[in-house]
Amino acid sequence: MTQAPTLTTRIWLEEPESGDSFSTRAAYCHGYDVYGEMLGRASWAEMLFLLVRGEAPWPEQAELLENLAVALANAGPRDQAVQAAMASSTGGAPAAAALMAALSVGAGRHGGARDVFDAMTGWAECGTDLDAWLMRLGDMSAQRLDIWPSRERAAGFDPHGVKTPGIVLQALARLATGGWARRLNWLAEHRAALEAAAGLPLAMTSIAAAAFTDLGLDPEQGEMLYLLLRLPGAAAHALEQRALGYKRFPFPAVQLEDDPAVTEAVV
Amino acid sequence: MSGPEMLAANAELLRTRVGACWPGTRAVFRGQDLHQDLDGIGWMGLYVFGITGRRFAANELKVLEGIWTMTSYPDTRLWNNRVAALAANARSASVLGLSAAIASTEAGVFGGGPGLQSIDFFLRAGEKLRAGETVEAIVSTELAERRILGFGRPINATDERLPPLMRLVEREGLDQGLHYRMAFEVEQALLRRKPFLKLNFAGLTAALAADLGFTARQYQLYNILKTLAGMPPCIVEAAEKPEGTLMPMSCENVTYGGPAPRSWAERGSVAA
Repeated sequence: MTQAPTLTTRIWLEEPESGDSFSTRAAYCHGYDVYGEMLGRASWAEMLFLLVRGEAPWPEQAELLENLAVALANAGPRDQAVQAAMASSTGGAPAAAALMAALSVGAGRHGGARDVFDAMTGWAECGTDLDAWLMRLGDMSAQRLDIWPSRERAAGFDPHGVKTPGIVLQALARLATGGWARRLNWLAEHRAALEAAAGLPLAMTSIAAAAFTDLGLDPEQGEMLYLLLRLPGAAAHALEQRALGYKRFPFPAVQLEDDPAVTEAVV
Repeated sequence: MSGPEMLAANAELLRTRVGACWPGTRAVFRGQDLHQDLDGIGWMGLYVFGITGRRFAANELKVLEGIWTMTSYPDTRLWNNRVAALAANARSASVLGLSAAIASTEAGVFGGGPGLQSIDFFLRAGEKLRAGETVEAIVSTELAERRILGFGRPINATDERLPPLMRLVEREGLDQGLHYRMAFEVEQALLRRKPFLKLNFAGLTAALAADLGFTARQYQLYNILKTLAGMPPCIVEAAEKPEGTLMPMSCENVTYGGPAPRSWAERGSVAA
């Protein structure tokens, strides 16, 4: 009999029940007894932080992550990722399909996790050097081709906005209250200059990117958490539209611009 | 038009050139009636017509389909297949597993990522070759900036898929394309530098796609399904096995390398 291959992890230790190595007697997350000690004492935000960073957060860090999670929980039914979840759900697809739809759409550069990734790369490269940021925001040189669509503007800004949305300003003001959150505070202080350099108003992805960086996350970790933290709203709206039924779900008219039967072009 | 004005202009009506359907009446697919103009079109022909807006010749479609056939391996251990099979064995809906497996094929070390990089290289290299540069010079310039994807293969440098692909390509008369021929010259240039950098399936299929007029983004949509047919067998078999028994992992098979058990009540904190 060949030996089963082993998996390596620094995150999770499971002690087996006696006589059954596939059943867990105790589980430890980065050394902390999850069911024996954390449960009932640790918050969801503390658990998230511990899982990703490998250490328990300070109370201020847990509070920032908790507040950020509230800010990101629901982008609202107009958001494209939430629309995707609703479109999936209204047709009666499985719950997982709705969340997969939200993840697929919400992964992108437009208000999505890739925008957060790119903005966090900016923090890694520019820190709190305003000149470096201004140069970066004005740089639209060609990028190397990869699976993601090419960048069309500076990451972290709203391509269609004409002014900074109120909810973005409110989120930035609330999250930047901790003096230790250096990047959030810097972002609040220099918002106008950054918006002028980008030629666009700040988007919520910029807030998330600054907050994740203040929490010590790297761009890949921030991208992953952003995807995760935006799922609750997608789930709630998907459930709501499923209950309302597909007949009440918007289905726009179509204008087919190369219709072989031109007379039926507009319905 | 820009900003809220542009959004408002697109809010009520979907303007499209790719198609629409009128249930009970007809469907239009890229300007053609699906049931009249495209009556009898094969699935591969329709798929690549949808991607490119072009109708491909019969011999081209045979090669495009052959590429998909030759690398659909029903090996449940492969990462994308494993995703599909785990879904089935965990008693999830089979198509959820299939969808996640396709998404997992857009990977960095196999599948979508290398394929995209490879056709990007061939399209740029083809332009240089037409402009009079030698393959040796093209390879030297490229290697000064980045790896050339489509050459070399982990585990075994010999790609068992190339002989049948080359036979198919020759049979269908597509072996004289500029990019296809250049692929073998690039291989020789690379082998002079590193003997393990043999041409692989991703490289030769990307070269073929370049000859067939695919852009890199069009190829991304075609290429991602070339392992698709290997997934359903893995799903079917995994669904037949007792639930939760696919690649079960005991506690002993997990090697833990993190901190020793410690107290949450007496926890320290990480620096910001």
